[in-house]
Amino acid sequence: MAKYALQRVFEAIPLLFLVTLVTYFIMNLTPGGPLAVYLHNPHVTQSQIAVLAKQLGLDQPWYVRYFKWLWSLLHGNWGYSYFSGQPVIQLIGQRLPNTLILMGAAFLVSLTLGIPLGIYSATHQYSIFDYSFSFGSFFAWAMPSFFFGLLLQMIFAVKLGWLPVSGMYSAFYPPSFLELIRHLILPTTVLGLGSLAGWSRFMRSGLLEVVRQDYIRTAKAKGLKERTVILKHALKNAVLPIVTIIGMDLPAFFGGAVITEEIFSWPGMGRLFLASLNDRDYPIQMAALLISAALLVLGNLLADLAYGFLDPRIQYN
Amino acid sequence: MATANLPPLESELETDPIGDPQRSGLHRFWRRFSRHKLALIGLGILVFLLLVAIFAPLLTPYSPTAPNLTQVLLPPSAAHPLGTDELGRDVLARLMYGGRISFLVGFLSMIIATSIGVVYGATSGYLGGIWDRLMMRFVDLVMSFPAIFLLLIVLNLTGSNASVGLMILYLGLFGWTGLSRIVRSQVLSLKTNEYVEAARAQGASTRRILFKHVLPGAMAPVWVSAAFGVAGAMLAEASLDFLGFGLQPQIPSWGNMLDSAESYIVTHPLLILAPGLIITIAVVAINFVGDALRDALDPRSTAGMQRIG
Repeated sequence: MAKYALQRVFEAIPLLFLVTLVTYFIMNLTPGGPLAVYLHNPHVTQSQIAVLAKQLGLDQPWYVRYFKWLWSLLHGNWGYSYFSGQPVIQLIGQRLPNTLILMGAAFLVSLTLGIPLGIYSATHQYSIFDYSFSFGSFFAWAMPSFFFGLLLQMIFAVKLGWLPVSGMYSAFYPPSFLELIRHLILPTTVLGLGSLAGWSRFMRSGLLEVVRQDYIRTAKAKGLKERTVILKHALKNAVLPIVTIIGMDLPAFFGGAVITEEIFSWPGMGRLFLASLNDRDYPIQMAALLISAALLVLGNLLADLAYGFLDPRIQYN
Repeated sequence: MATANLPPLESELETDPIGDPQRSGLHRFWRRFSRHKLALIGLGILVFLLLVAIFAPLLTPYSPTAPNLTQVLLPPSAAHPLGTDELGRDVLARLMYGGRISFLVGFLSMIIATSIGVVYGATSGYLGGIWDRLMMRFVDLVMSFPAIFLLLIVLNLTGSNASVGLMILYLGLFGWTGLSRIVRSQVLSLKTNEYVEAARAQGASTRRILFKHVLPGAMAPVWVSAAFGVAGAMLAEASLDFLGFGLQPQIPSWGNMLDSAESYIVTHPLLILAPGLIITIAVVAINFVGDALRDALDPRSTAGMQRIG
């Protein structure tokens, strides 16, 4: 299995290379480039712009810059922000943990609520709960996440005043774990809602499919309790397809964080990326893109490995 | 676009009894489709919203774009059933015209994505061999782009002010990969049929075989994916508007309405509720229709709406 994982990682390298190359090319089509902000500034002369361009390496063609970027990346240097001059790795170090906290919380909530809800819905098929749950999950899936976020802000932060509107820590209280949790509740709900709806629906349909099979009938015929049949016999098979979905959703959390962080002013990678778009800050854009592309590869790999771990029929050779 | 999607609402896997041979395929399709009561309601809502969008100029006397600074942020009244926004424009009129933008983006980008997906997938599957492998590797490559990040980078090229046409093009170019895989696998299995061989023996051209004999059998998942494609594109467009990287702010789209209403969340919640609820209702309605299409045409598929963000 380790050999298979390693092989997959090696296969991913050319893919990541192409993804970054193409993106770098597209990014550099932006009219004006990073120095466009200075073009109409009367205090900045043409020669000063030329000096800046030389300093940032922007006077070279894009492919030269790409390979320089790649070369220093391979040496552990993610480059420097065009805008603030800070090392990109330092900015990522500040922002990525915050995004991971948000992603982790949303992931945990979706998993711990979604799976049991799906099981309950399947074991109580055609009940009122099942119907309203199905209906509700359709709405949850179709509602734009930014609208849902604004609704939550409107109700729980503005009207009721129970939770903070935005940010990660409060300006009035010292930062504490409790403060973090209070600030996490609304963004977590927004980021987790889609996958909660998706995973629980998959759990439900997966379990319903498995329950129809002969070996479940056998287990029931042996006189096992319903609970044992579902939890011990059916669940293990029903969980298989969901593992794949969960793995493939990993990058979706990272992408969803862009919108969630924007609504709740969460100081994470998503907002860093949005700001870097406005500033034409290529090194930061490349970093965000590379991380999300790597997550995509990682998610698919984890899904495959977990699948093989749970299903002994699958062999990696 | 995000990978996960929603499985069938109520998958009716049992097939129809053989049924009356006099009845047409369309009739049988409608019987299966109309078993899905929520889809009928969804279809009704969809037709209503489309008609309102098309006939918006006849239904409202107000312009969706011209500001009227004497009538700013009015509460709902007989003259303005949903009030006015921060530039004094009638909210209901903007909702009606906004439907034009949303549906236009949804349907046209779906048509682009579906056309590319079908032609690409069918070609790959039909050619087979080394071509098939190369073409599918390309799909893998496109799929390893994190959709929302690349979309934002591409939209940023136009200075975060895309025209409707550009938005349609971008969303269309991003949405074809999943369908191309499905069509490819359909064509791979269909092309081994004897009737295809018979056509080839009669000297039919490759294009004729593909479009007349193979593709019609592969269309069921295409319709399903097209329905979900419309919903996904509408949602994506609204999200990009909200992030400030979508359509030009003066275009009255539902996403832009929400974006500019964000500042009035405390004082004028209706400005957020109105466009937000309309988007949600429209997307849910299309999802129900897609769900019923799947039940009727392709019950084993797990196709669903792709979500970005």
